[in-house]
Amino acid sequence: MSQIDLTKAAEIAIDYATQQGMDQVEAALHQGVGISITARQQELETVEKHNDAQLVVSVYKDHKTGSASSADMSETGIKSTVDAAMSIARFTGADDCLGLADADLMATDSKSLDLHHPWRADTAEMVDIALACEAAALGVDDRITNSEGASVSSYSGNAVYANSHGFLRSGSGSQHSLSCSVIGTSDKGMQRDYWYDSNRNAAKLQPAETIGKLAAERTLQRLGARQIGSKQASVMFDPIMAKSLISHLIGAIKGGAIYKKASFMLDKVGESVLPDFVTIAENPHKLGGASSSLYDGEGVATPEYRALVESGMLQSYVLGSYAARKLGLVTTANAGGVRNLTVSNTGQDAQRLLAQMGTGLLVTELIGSGINMVTGDYSRGAAGFWVENGELQFPVEEITIAGNLQDMYRNIVAIGNDYDSRGNTECGSIVVEGMTVAGS
Amino acid sequence: MNEQHLSIAHAMLLEPTGLSDPDLSAMMHKLTNVGGCDFADMYFQYAKHETWSLDEGVVKTGSFNIDQGVGLRSVCGEKTAFAYSEDLNVAAINTAADVVTAIGRQGQNVEGLTSFRAQSATALYSALDPVATMTDIEKVNLLELADRLARTHDSRVKEVMASLSSVYEVVLILTSDGRQIPDVRPLIRLNVSVIVEQDGKRERGSMGGGGRFGLDYFSQEVVEHYAHEAVRQALVSLEAIDSPAGTMEVVLGAGWPGILLHEAVGHGLEGDFNRKGTSAFSGRIGEKVASEQCTVVDDGTIADRRGSLSVDDEGNQTQNTVLIENGILKGYMQDEHNARLMGMGVTGNGRRESFAHLPMPRMTNTYMHAGKYEPEEIIKSVKNGIYAVNFGGGQVDITSGKFVFSSSEAYLIEDGKVTQPVKGATLIGNGPEAMQTISMVGNDLALDSGVGVCGKDGQSVPVGVGQPTLKMDALTVGGVSL
Repeated sequence: MSQIDLTKAAEIAIDYATQQGMDQVEAALHQGVGISITARQQELETVEKHNDAQLVVSVYKDHKTGSASSADMSETGIKSTVDAAMSIARFTGADDCLGLADADLMATDSKSLDLHHPWRADTAEMVDIALACEAAALGVDDRITNSEGASVSSYSGNAVYANSHGFLRSGSGSQHSLSCSVIGTSDKGMQRDYWYDSNRNAAKLQPAETIGKLAAERTLQRLGARQIGSKQASVMFDPIMAKSLISHLIGAIKGGAIYKKASFMLDKVGESVLPDFVTIAENPHKLGGASSSLYDGEGVATPEYRALVESGMLQSYVLGSYAARKLGLVTTANAGGVRNLTVSNTGQDAQRLLAQMGTGLLVTELIGSGINMVTGDYSRGAAGFWVENGELQFPVEEITIAGNLQDMYRNIVAIGNDYDSRGNTECGSIVVEGMTVAGS
Repeated sequence: MNEQHLSIAHAMLLEPTGLSDPDLSAMMHKLTNVGGCDFADMYFQYAKHETWSLDEGVVKTGSFNIDQGVGLRSVCGEKTAFAYSEDLNVAAINTAADVVTAIGRQGQNVEGLTSFRAQSATALYSALDPVATMTDIEKVNLLELADRLARTHDSRVKEVMASLSSVYEVVLILTSDGRQIPDVRPLIRLNVSVIVEQDGKRERGSMGGGGRFGLDYFSQEVVEHYAHEAVRQALVSLEAIDSPAGTMEVVLGAGWPGILLHEAVGHGLEGDFNRKGTSAFSGRIGEKVASEQCTVVDDGTIADRRGSLSVDDEGNQTQNTVLIENGILKGYMQDEHNARLMGMGVTGNGRRESFAHLPMPRMTNTYMHAGKYEPEEIIKSVKNGIYAVNFGGGQVDITSGKFVFSSSEAYLIEDGKVTQPVKGATLIGNGPEAMQTISMVGNDLALDSGVGVCGKDGQSVPVGVGQPTLKMDALTVGGVSL
C-alpha cells in the first residue's frame, strides 16, 4: 500500500463534515506496517506481513452523534465515511453531554516522547532471532519435550487526531516483541509456560536466549503440579498477575462504568480504598513509555503526572469529556485509557515478600473471567506454588481463588519492588491476606 | 451451484476494480510458484458492520464500518507465508503476492491456472444484507422498546444498556486447485443488560441472542424475552448468598452452559494443537476420554445458527463432525493445513476473523447429544451440590487440560432440591478427567440463543454451544464460603 497523507485525509474529513452543516467533527486515523514471525521446532513456521490503515470519524449535530470508519482513504472514501456518520447522527438521540472536549483543554505542548524506533532488521534476521530464542528454551532440560514456538513481531506506524476546534496532531510510534512458549512433560502430564518482552525500541528487548531460558524454566517449575485442599490463605500475586488487580481497579473507576452505576467503586472518590502505603500514579509523558502521549483520544492535554490513588485514597475517576459532563466533573484526559501507571512498593524483593507471607499461595497464572464489576465479586482459576516458611514447596493447579475486590484491595499487606516494567503498568508482586482457595 | 452468491461476490469484490480471470490466475501463480508449495489461497472479503447502542433510555451512539481486502497465503509443508491488501486493485494485490513469494524465497516452475471453477455448498442462511432489513428509525425504536420493557418489568431496574449489531459479509475464496467458492453471510445480535438496585445493593443481568438472518427476527416477543430474562437474572443475583468452595456434585443446565464442552473438550480437539502434540487430547483417538453417556459433535451445518457456515473460510463445506461418541474420542476439527500434515480429511473447520488473519481450526456449533434422564431426576439425585444455569466466559489451557468457566446464575442443591441462589462462582476442572465424571445426561438438549464469541490467538469468531442438563460427580467450585 502506498503511503497515505493522513494529515490531508483528516483535513478532508473535517472540512467536508463542516461544509455539510455538522456542529462539530473529529477524526482519528492511523496507518502502519508490521511483521510477525514464528519459528517452531527449529524451523520457520509462519511469516505474516501486516499493512493496515483506518479512518474513524465522529460527527455531532444538535447534540446527536454518529460515527463511521473505513480503510478507504481516497477522497471519495473519506467523504462516504463522513456521510455514513452523518446518516447515523440523524437517528441517534440527543444528549447535551455529547460533543468534542472543550477547546481550551486541547494540548499545546509539543516535545518528542521517544516513541518511534522502527526495527531495521530484515525478515531473515528476525527468523534467526526467533530460532535462537526457541533453541535456548529447548536446550535447557530434557524434560522440555515440545514447543509452541518463538515469535518475533514488529510494528511501526503513524497516527493523526484532528477535530473542528482546529486541533490536528500527528505522531509516530513503534512496538516490538519477542516471546517463547514451550512444553514440558513429566509422569503427571504436560505443562506449558512462556516468557516475553516488548518495547518500543527493539535494541532494549531482553536477549533472545534469556527469553527462551526463562520460558523453559517457568515451564519446568510447573511440572508435577497438583491441587490443594480448600482453605483461607494469603495469596501473593506475581508482578504479571498483580497488574490484573490494578487493571480491575482502573476498570471500576472509569467514567462510563460510574455514570451507569455499573461499578463497585461508585462514590468512592476521597475515600480510602487501598492501604495507606499504596500510591498509583499515571505518567503520560514518560519517555519511550508503552502508552505515552501529550494528548488523549480527544486532543486534551495530558498531565505529566497524576496520582489516581494517593496514600490509599482514591483521588478521582478516570474520565473522558462525555462521562465527565455526565458526572458534572472535568475530563481527566483519559479518553482512550490510562497512560503508564506506576504502583508504589513497600521495599521488599520477591524473596523477602515470600518470607513475610510465610505460608500461602504464590499465583503465577489466572484464567477465566469470574469478576463481577458491579459488586466486585471475584473468583478465578489459578495456578502457581504452595509456599511454606517463605519457600516454594510444590506447583499447584486446578484451584480457584475467590474474594471481593473491595476487600482484596484493603487486605493488601505488601507490594514488592520486583517491578515488571513491560507494557502500561509498572508493578511488583502484591500480597493479599484472607482469600478463599478452592480445591480438592 | 449458487449463482446468486457468485454474482453478489463478483459484483462486490472483483468488478469494482475490474479484476479479471487472467489477473487472478497470475496472482495465484505467484503464490504457488514457490519452492515446495503444497497449496495457496486468496480470500476476498467485504464486511459491513453497523451497531446502535442505548443507555439511559437514549440511543446515543451508532457506528458504521466497512472493511474489505484480500488475504494471500502460500503453504509449503509446515511453513506458511501470508500477506494481505486492503486495496483490491490489481497492482496492490500483486505487491502483496510478491511479499508472499519473497517469504517463500526460491521459485519453482509450476504450471499456472487459467480459470477458477465455481463451486458452492447448499446455503444454510439467506443471502440478505441484515443492515438493510430494518430502517434506522426502526432499529432505534427496537432498542427503546427493550429499554421500556426492562424498566416497566420491575421498578428496581435502574439502568438498561442495549445494543443491536448487524454484519453483512461477502466472501470469495480462490484456491490453488482451481476452485472459486462464494458465500454471503448475514449475522445479527441484540443484547440487553440491566442494573438493578435494592436497599443500596446493586446487581447486573444480561440476555441476548441472534443468528444468521434479518432483523425482523427481533419481534416484540423476542425483545420482551431478552429484557425480562436480563431483569430476572439480576434480581436473582440480588438474593444470592456466598457460593460454597470445594469439590462437589455439579449440575449444569441445558443450552448456554454447553460452554463447558467448548472449553473442556472443544479447543483441545482442534487439529493444530493435536498435530503439534500440545493438547491434553493429543494421540488419544480411540481412547475413552468421557463417560459413555457423552456424545459430542461440532456441527457447522445447522440452518441460520450464529456458529454455522455454508462453507468455511477455506471454501470447504462444513460438517457435523463427531468428536466424542459414547465417551470414545473419534476425531479432531481440521482445517486444510493441519488435515494435510496429519493425513486426515478436512472437516470444514478452517476459520479466520478476517482477510487480515490466517485461518486455523476453529469450532462452529459444539454440543452434546441428549441422554435419557429427565432434568428433575438429575437434580433429585444430588444430595449437596450446585445447579449452574448461566455463565459468563470460560478459558482453557489446552496443554494441561485445565478449563474454567464462570457462572452468572447458580443455586444450591440440598437434598435433591434447588434452594438458594449463590453468587457467581468459577468452576474449574481438567477436561479429560471432568468429562469422565459425567454421570447423568438429560433429555432436554438445547442450543444457546446466539451470542457466543470465541477467541484464539487473538482472533475472534462467532460460535454456538449447546447441551442437555447434565451432572458431573466431582467438579471444583470456586466460591468464598468454606
